[in-house]
Amino acid sequence: MGMRTWSRAAAAAAVLALGLAITACGTSADDKTSGADAGPITGLRVMVPNSPGSGYDTTARTATKALEDAKLARNVEVFNIAGAGGTVGLQRLVNEKSNEKLLMQMGLGVVGAVYTNKSQATLQETTPIARLIEESEAIVVPKGSPYNTLQDLVAAWKADPGKVPVGGASAPGGPDHLTPMLLAKAVGVAPKDVNYVSYDGGGELLAGILGKKVAFGATGVGEVAEQAKAGEVKILAVTSANRAAGVEAPTLKEQGIDLVFSNWRGIVASPGLSDAQKKAHVDLITKLHDSKEWKDALAAKGWTDAFAAGDEFATFLKSESDRVAGVLGELGLA
Amino acid sequence: MGALTELISGFATALTPTNLLYAFIGVLLGTAIGVLPGIGPAMTIALLLPITYGIDDPVPAFIMFAGIYYGGMYGGSTTSILLNTPGESASVVTAIEGNKMAKRGRAAQALATAAIGSFVAGTIGTLLVALLAPAVVRLAVQLGAPDLFAIMVLAFVAVTSVLGSSRVRGFASLLLGLTIGLIGIDGVTGQQRLTYGIPQLADGIDVVVVAVGLFAVGEALWVAAHLRRNAAGVIPTGRARMGREDWGRSWKPWLRGTAVGFPFGAVPAGGAELPTFLSYVMEKRLAKRPEEFGHGAIEGVAGPEATNNASAAGGLVPLLTLGLPTTATAAVLLAAFEQYGIQPGPLLLENEPELVWGLLASLFIGNAILLVLNLPLAPMWAKLLHIPRPYLYAGILFFASVGAYAVNASTVDLMVLYAIGLLGFAMRRFGLPVMPAVIGVILGPRAEVQMRRALQISDGEIGGLFNTPFALTVYAIIAILVLWPLADRFVLRRFRRPRHELHGSGPHALVELAEEIAEEDRPKATVPGGRSGAGPDTGGPSGEASKLSDDRHQRETP
Repeated sequence: MGMRTWSRAAAAAAVLALGLAITACGTSADDKTSGADAGPITGLRVMVPNSPGSGYDTTARTATKALEDAKLARNVEVFNIAGAGGTVGLQRLVNEKSNEKLLMQMGLGVVGAVYTNKSQATLQETTPIARLIEESEAIVVPKGSPYNTLQDLVAAWKADPGKVPVGGASAPGGPDHLTPMLLAKAVGVAPKDVNYVSYDGGGELLAGILGKKVAFGATGVGEVAEQAKAGEVKILAVTSANRAAGVEAPTLKEQGIDLVFSNWRGIVASPGLSDAQKKAHVDLITKLHDSKEWKDALAAKGWTDAFAAGDEFATFLKSESDRVAGVLGELGLA
Repeated sequence: MGALTELISGFATALTPTNLLYAFIGVLLGTAIGVLPGIGPAMTIALLLPITYGIDDPVPAFIMFAGIYYGGMYGGSTTSILLNTPGESASVVTAIEGNKMAKRGRAAQALATAAIGSFVAGTIGTLLVALLAPAVVRLAVQLGAPDLFAIMVLAFVAVTSVLGSSRVRGFASLLLGLTIGLIGIDGVTGQQRLTYGIPQLADGIDVVVVAVGLFAVGEALWVAAHLRRNAAGVIPTGRARMGREDWGRSWKPWLRGTAVGFPFGAVPAGGAELPTFLSYVMEKRLAKRPEEFGHGAIEGVAGPEATNNASAAGGLVPLLTLGLPTTATAAVLLAAFEQYGIQPGPLLLENEPELVWGLLASLFIGNAILLVLNLPLAPMWAKLLHIPRPYLYAGILFFASVGAYAVNASTVDLMVLYAIGLLGFAMRRFGLPVMPAVIGVILGPRAEVQMRRALQISDGEIGGLFNTPFALTVYAIIAILVLWPLADRFVLRRFRRPRHELHGSGPHALVELAEEIAEEDRPKATVPGGRSGAGPDTGGPSGEASKLSDDRHQRETP
């Protein structure tokens, strides 16, 4: 834990070193719009701590387009600072203290990456703005698997966790890794006994499941929904509180397992914002959430709305962090 | 046959003047963005995808998209050949022979064989997708970690043929590459390796950065260090077009490359790096003049370039039939599909046949437009190399630096590039070949992932590495490859006429070494202005051979 404590001296040095490149746009030419609540906001920059084409990237670019189409903001710039599961970008955001024009797209993956990458910057330092969307995780087996129900699977898993490998498309600390670990805890398997096989992306994972290389998979419902419709895989359970739209699979709760867990994506801002600045961001994203453009985008992308703004999101972020830290701690990763 | 008629009807929807214009704009934009430093095809597409959002009808959008895709791929190869700065991992291998060709004044031929090879491979590959996709994918999905690991072992065996004349130096270089490949977070346990607490190193060092650092930066430093003694010569101008011999030497590698690349693309986790490397090694083995490899053999460009395009086409197989994106580019393509409410998956062909066939037809069109646009441009690109050498290398350094920096706007990436560049310089100074290092970076992490995955799935039992027929077959091939020369030497030799002892593998090694030295010290001197690369290595190197007995390290030009 000591490694992650914030050192102001280091921060100042890092700001000097890293901040040069990205200060120009944020600070110039904004005076005329400040205070004027009516017009669209200009000069906003959204950082994606991931590469172009990734999930965070798509979310940020879609949200930005909706912001512009709904005339809530103009000339929003999306840029990518990829690396270390998003913590390189997080470090940059934390270094940009009190930069009211900088937002960062993030999600559950960054929460885990903070621990697995032993990141100096933490999400607790940022200003949480809003959670936007979520996607349930699915517990999935291939066609012809010996496990027809979740009960079958859990029984075999408890008997010999090593012989029941589970595949996921995330590195340790990511959503697909956390899902089987939390599930293991909930059903009484020690997380460190879980044989988690990490695949590089949803495509490889799906091939692993279809080819019966792993006993079951844990991954986003969207990754396997089409396969389930075609009967290639069977979804034994979804991890969200409610059933996922378009998927005929019961929740874990319905099957007597006390676990609710979803992958989610949200937005945080720089540390050290004033209450007024924070409120301006929260209001902007709330207006985005209420806009027709965003609703259309959600429908087009098949995303589940999970809006929670300001303090509600802050509380949620804290509890998610604690939960993730708990299970990763048991694995020796946090 | 049904598939063919469907494909023809796909052309009917796709071939309109407006669509051709879209394809043309797509290729132009794709090539323009693709040649920018640090931007590979996946990023080119991700950046340009929003342009297609303005088009409501999916067919013209896909056609433009196909154009961008092929343009971006070709753009990456262009920089690989001209500047020794690969734009993406799939064209790293192209740089090895391609850049050597360019330096001998054969840039236009290298670019042409790359473009035509890409066209041939793309066309055959797309045709294979149309005809065989459902059958291929069943087989491809069955291949798992043990099978892929067996192929990696095969690739490691093949590495020996690129080690160069000195095995010790070759292995040292390979180990350097493997070590660089270790950097980053271990995907199984989440532990950090060799990152020294620098978060930017946590994802490992991209093979493109390693290749650009070792190839381009290292060479720029080497040239700069020798510039005063070795007056800067201008790179000679060769013929502008591929001669008859070039065609004769290219067409087989194109076809072989297609055959190697397509199945790798179809296999999830197959990728394009491994098949391009295997294609290179295969061409070297099969070439009539293997000694030309390392000095600009056209087969070494034709093969890998066809391979990476065929692999890209192969990637469509799991994408269209199963909805599996197996490469970054395929993942971006998936995003493009979703924009039109299309869900690739097992039901795509049933639900949206006209779109799938329209897409395949679009790929043909994009591929053809690429050829039409870029063949005439190849000699123009080649003129770029007429820039006097100090300016050219300054430009290459600038280009490489911008590329490393632009991706993440991170100074750490720049430092990494320069550190690897210095390493490349040192390797040249001490006669270590750079290619094994790059192969180490490509192979090491992939082999490790597959081996550990196989062992995880078998819960630690070593048998998990050999439990599939495919893996066993590959190991049998490896055994034959490894044991044959031994058998040849110790058993079969007895039954043959006695040969002159000295003529073992020595002279060949000497000649190769001599060529290397001659090439590095005075590249202009070895190139006759002849019509093709046929002759340069026959006369000069044997004369040079006597020199190396003096001192391997004394490389100064007299």
